[in-house]
Amino acid sequence: MRDTDLSVELCGIRLRTPFVLAAGVLGTTAALLERVARRGAGAVTAKSCSVRPRRGHPNPTVLPWEGGLINAVGLANPGAAAMVGILADARRRLAPLGVPLIASVFAEEAGGFGEVVRILEEAEPDLYEVNISCPNVAEELGMPFAADPVQAARATAAVRAATRRPVIVKLSPNVADICAVGRAVVDAGADALAAINTLGPGMLIDIRARTPVLANRMGGLSGPAVRPVAVRCVYELSRAVPVPIIGMGGVTTGEDAVEMIMAGATAVGVGSAFYQRGMGALEAMAAEMRAFMQEQGFGCVSEMRGLAHGA
Amino acid sequence: MAPSVHLTGRVVRVEPAGHRGVTIVSDVPLSARPGQFVMLWVPRMDEKPFSLVADSPLTLAVVPVGPVTGRLQRLQPGDPLYVRGPLGRGFSLDGKRPLLVAGGSGAAPLAFLASRLAETGREVTVALGARSADELLLVERYQAAGARLWITTEDGSAGERGLVVSVAERLLANGGCDRVYACGPVPMLERVAALCRLYGVPGEASYEAYMRCGIGVCGSCDRGDGLLVCRDGPVFGL
Repeated sequence: MRDTDLSVELCGIRLRTPFVLAAGVLGTTAALLERVARRGAGAVTAKSCSVRPRRGHPNPTVLPWEGGLINAVGLANPGAAAMVGILADARRRLAPLGVPLIASVFAEEAGGFGEVVRILEEAEPDLYEVNISCPNVAEELGMPFAADPVQAARATAAVRAATRRPVIVKLSPNVADICAVGRAVVDAGADALAAINTLGPGMLIDIRARTPVLANRMGGLSGPAVRPVAVRCVYELSRAVPVPIIGMGGVTTGEDAVEMIMAGATAVGVGSAFYQRGMGALEAMAAEMRAFMQEQGFGCVSEMRGLAHGA
Repeated sequence: MAPSVHLTGRVVRVEPAGHRGVTIVSDVPLSARPGQFVMLWVPRMDEKPFSLVADSPLTLAVVPVGPVTGRLQRLQPGDPLYVRGPLGRGFSLDGKRPLLVAGGSGAAPLAFLASRLAETGREVTVALGARSADELLLVERYQAAGARLWITTEDGSAGERGLVVSVAERLLANGGCDRVYACGPVPMLERVAALCRLYGVPGEASYEAYMRCGIGVCGSCDRGDGLLVCRDGPVFGL
């Protein structure tokens, strides 16, 4: 039997496994980023940050429901200056593990994306993720940039002008034509795409309290319920753009990850699965993926990429 | 049927806890281990973690801290309660001759533990401390559990004057305790951990933290070492 190799290459950077810790999950501290890296991540994404600190929404902000999670954390973060310290500490811890660090950024207006990145450059993250797709701050910040190809391209161009490091742009599924947005950000200089951010927003109402449960009333959906939407988005994007895609949205098992890769993803983001499976999620998924590859006779991940598109 | 995120029930009884706190007894059906916690939702206001004083029926202690605890203290019998849980890892029940060390509101989860350990025939010793008599919590619950109770206050207004850790040290020095369970401020827990090492007795402590999700995903309650108070804890080995 052939050895199975789970490593993948993303923007010229080797990842030990295809699993990327998704932004907004467990990425708040250097110690947590290191812990996830030690437990099977190929790359880790820190919590999205803005120039100024944000308190985020009041609680409840993250809730489990039967399809996964619903959240409206509201982009709580300590601000870019404090994030420099967290990222630099994380990088020192991750370097010996061979796990690259992705810094995630957002801003209130397109030009602001460049400002955050210029501050974070001091921490030397390996890649940037441009978060133009948070659905939970519409009341404050208006519609996400990802809703409009022109705005999405502006935010991307601002980051592109601020760094030479690889730039990943994270897209929203909550648009009529995700491929139009994907093409626009690639034309503006994106080196890779991440798809999808949370779906919705959605709402849960407690019928005894007679009120929405999230303090923000509505929030983004993640977890198993959104996986088919994510797979479709990755499938369409991989036909529309020539850049690698980090496929994410409800991936919970190693076989879910294979599905995402067969849809066309180069790497696979994991977030809500840490709720279902705990800190051992990525190790379990790696074992499941390896078992599938052995069963089906695949030696490396790239052999499976895009197979669902047929000949 | 749309399943609720929160378990719901009603307040059955509100008892004073110390001079400034209350113990809320509810009819929320919940089965938990001592040391586990719930996220208590106050609709249109906030959701915060509370350790359990007892399960079935769910019982919570509330001391005044901010607007949420202020609202909870005004609850009346019949008012609705909304909780998520039980969450987190609780205490082991391994102590044959346990010593419980409680500081301030740390009295709440250890009252649950004292009852549970006493129910299984263990002789429970408790060092219960607070800054002053009016902040001493749940004394009657420890007495009802039949615990050997040593009370300290920092100002001497009840029990022995001093720190609860000093009493814990004396009890450990006397020997006879095979496991220490602690809950209270972090500096107190650090001193209890040092005592456990000194006397070669295993210890467990319940930590407090600011939390959002309570289920191990948001990363708000990193203890500083990458361990999550909500899911890896709140009870950790000392």
